[in-house]
Amino acid sequence: MAKTIEEINEKIKKGKAVVLTAEEIIDYAAEKGVKRAAQEVDVVTTGTFGPMCSSGAYFNVGHSKPRIKLGGGKTYLNEIPVYTGFAAVDFFLGATAMPEDDPRNKIFPGKFAYGGAYVIEELVAGKDVRLTATAYGTDCYPRKALETYISLKDMNEAVLLNIRNAYQNYNVAVNLSEKVIYTYMGVLQPKMGNANYCNAGQLSPLLNDPLYKTIGIGTRIFLGGGIGYVVGNGTQHNPGVKRTEGGVPKTPSGTLCVTGDLKMMRPKWLRGTSFTGYGVTLTVGIGIPIPILDEEILRYTAVRDEEILAQVVDYSDSYPQCIPGSIGEVNYKQLKSGRITVQGKEIPTSGLSSYLKAREIAQILKEWVEAGKFFLTQPVELLPSVNSGIAFKALKERPIKKKE
Amino acid sequence: MQKKRIVLNYPQHLVDQPVISKLVKDYDLIVNIMRARITPKEEGRLVLELIGKRAGMEAGFKYLSEIGVEIQPLAQDVKWHEDRCTHCTACISVCPTKALDVERTNMEVSFKRDKCIACELCIPVCPYQAMEILF
Repeated sequence: MAKTIEEINEKIKKGKAVVLTAEEIIDYAAEKGVKRAAQEVDVVTTGTFGPMCSSGAYFNVGHSKPRIKLGGGKTYLNEIPVYTGFAAVDFFLGATAMPEDDPRNKIFPGKFAYGGAYVIEELVAGKDVRLTATAYGTDCYPRKALETYISLKDMNEAVLLNIRNAYQNYNVAVNLSEKVIYTYMGVLQPKMGNANYCNAGQLSPLLNDPLYKTIGIGTRIFLGGGIGYVVGNGTQHNPGVKRTEGGVPKTPSGTLCVTGDLKMMRPKWLRGTSFTGYGVTLTVGIGIPIPILDEEILRYTAVRDEEILAQVVDYSDSYPQCIPGSIGEVNYKQLKSGRITVQGKEIPTSGLSSYLKAREIAQILKEWVEAGKFFLTQPVELLPSVNSGIAFKALKERPIKKKE
Repeated sequence: MQKKRIVLNYPQHLVDQPVISKLVKDYDLIVNIMRARITPKEEGRLVLELIGKRAGMEAGFKYLSEIGVEIQPLAQDVKWHEDRCTHCTACISVCPTKALDVERTNMEVSFKRDKCIACELCIPVCPYQAMEILF
């Protein structure tokens, strides 16, 4: 018996919806059977809390007196440059932006102690940040310099806009070389001394809806401790990869573009993050509710860590040189056990995405739905799926001819 | 028998003297050197585990103080900022003594101070600056 989103929302309103987390549903479905579980359960909540570099926020800071046109000049929040190529007082802050005088990797490996993501975390924590700008001045925007403290509550709009988040599966990174390497997958010890993975596995949003049957444009979500929405597929969305019989991609696949009001968010769920030798990023908390419309969807949400496979990739050569290839396949149960075996060698594993926090997010979202504070949405469009024909392209370089 | 983990700070004039050798021979202490470093200003810093009888330990400490070596317990120097830790487990595969460990049933990370040898491997590995060594 199929259900509709309207029926589920009606139950939420009456406080009668049955909500389980993506972890709880596993045993529940095994015990009751898929058919009965699909009838009884209305919503399964997912969660993930990991570094997501393509995150950022846009702001409107209001007009100064006299007015200033930030566009065309230079603007900074706590010395972090922002993008001002918009109207007078709108700008975008990227999570990975860093101060112009940061030494980067000149003293290797760089620490990358501060950047855009930290400004986002501080703003969300209610702190004052320094807004500094220089401008060229016009008749209508005469002012040429600005220096002021500003906080989130002073701004007109402050909106998180993350163009690629919540990767559906990810590589397991190892280092086959003889020296330590510093990557966005963490510090990798030589000769496969460790293996780093970055996914919540059985709790991860897109792994619980592997064929994008419920998540789409407009889906209401938990984002950074507040409410957000799915804008659409994220960049590099690549649904056409190899999948298991259960539909779960074996390599990085789908992604989400998400947005939400920064003023409603919490610093606990938007954390400035530094990868030694690599750079700054934002660790983002995302939770997505999955409406159990039928048995098929229930079956997807009951996916277990051991059914989710990931590829082991060498980050000393294969990855930087863009040479495709996996040197081993492991599942998330093995990854979370702390040891995997690759090419006959036993390697200790570490996560970069927090499973503990992913569970907490799924639990919070469950409580919101149970309390009637959070309703499900019918997506305007579903995400492009396996038959969309989308292929992930590499950059084809074409030499630029010099003019005579 | 007692076991203690300590950090010794040597002033410059003691760097070329056989201090550890005296601890072993004169005070009958078992010394396990976990870390040793001489800073650019030629001050020495040693992280030691000492095992020995209480009397020997006390006399050894007295000797160290008298010659001008500063002694502090190791635990004071290593801090796990629990509020900054996200329990991602990035540190787990590099910590050689399992001072940083994870409870696999719920994936919660914990820090056991007494197991830490202040090797500092966790410092560049933690993306959230949750580990701090106050040397």
